[in-house]
Amino acid sequence: MIPLGHYLILGALLFSVGVVGVFMNRKNLIILLMAIELMLLAVNMNFIAFSHHLGDLSGQVFVFFILTVAAAESAIGLAILVALFRNLRSINVADLDSLKG
Amino acid sequence: MDFALVLFYLFGAVLLGAALMVVMLRNPVHAALFLVLSFFTAAALWMLLYAEFLAITLVLVYVGAVMVLFLFVVMMLDVNLDVLREGFWKHLPLAGLVGLVMAGEMVALLYRGAAGGVTPAGPPAGYSNTKELGRVLYTDYVFPFELAAVILLVAIVAAIALTLRQRKETKYQDAHTQLAANAANRLRIVKMMNETSATEGDTP
Repeated sequence: MIPLGHYLILGALLFSVGVVGVFMNRKNLIILLMAIELMLLAVNMNFIAFSHHLGDLSGQVFVFFILTVAAAESAIGLAILVALFRNLRSINVADLDSLKG
Repeated sequence: MDFALVLFYLFGAVLLGAALMVVMLRNPVHAALFLVLSFFTAAALWMLLYAEFLAITLVLVYVGAVMVLFLFVVMMLDVNLDVLREGFWKHLPLAGLVGLVMAGEMVALLYRGAAGGVTPAGPPAGYSNTKELGRVLYTDYVFPFELAAVILLVAIVAAIALTLRQRKETKYQDAHTQLAANAANRLRIVKMMNETSATEGDTP
């Protein structure tokens, strides 16, 4: 069968791809949200691998809750994106400077 | 090397390739479609771990709902890709360095565990992942479960409240005003002068 470490390494690589995506798509908000989804997927992968390896269902329950919260997060994120586009006609992160921070 | 391991390497390669395409592609629609592919492949990998319920949930909830929402938003917005794309390759050295260092560190830590370690066999025949998960969810985790329901409700309300736009010129009926109306609002009786007094002398 597949050892635990294989899944952990796959999760680590997937998480790194998500981090690279956040770094490279600094301007495109949609791709930023997608990169966050990729990182969440990597975390879920680790949870399920440990749940199977330790024979404990709590990990899978936790993944269930992460999926719920991630769905709510992306729904609200996209709603903010749409409201932002209505006001600025742009989704460029560089344009979000009205607070002059 | 057994069949499950071959499947794992195949799905893992597809998953990493699709994830790289998500962050590298220029067109957001293509990126969303590759994200669908990566979610689907991840569901197959979870199936290899005997987490059937979550694998199906990932396909139904993520591919079916969240990614369709992403595609709707991507297609609805008229974004200028050239502006969003400028400076993309400028970030590559830094991003590649950080990504490689992170991946290298984690793989170096985890590599020792990859070779050894006893792996549990699959569940016995007749074992239902969904049934067991439901049993745990509705007993030990019933309060977090209800909290998750509340979070979803808040997300629905927030998403609608953020995007709801009340047009100024929209005509609509206000039921409260309609019910509160009485006869005085409907019919106005105007007192007028008697017009016959002005033309009295002409009448025979």
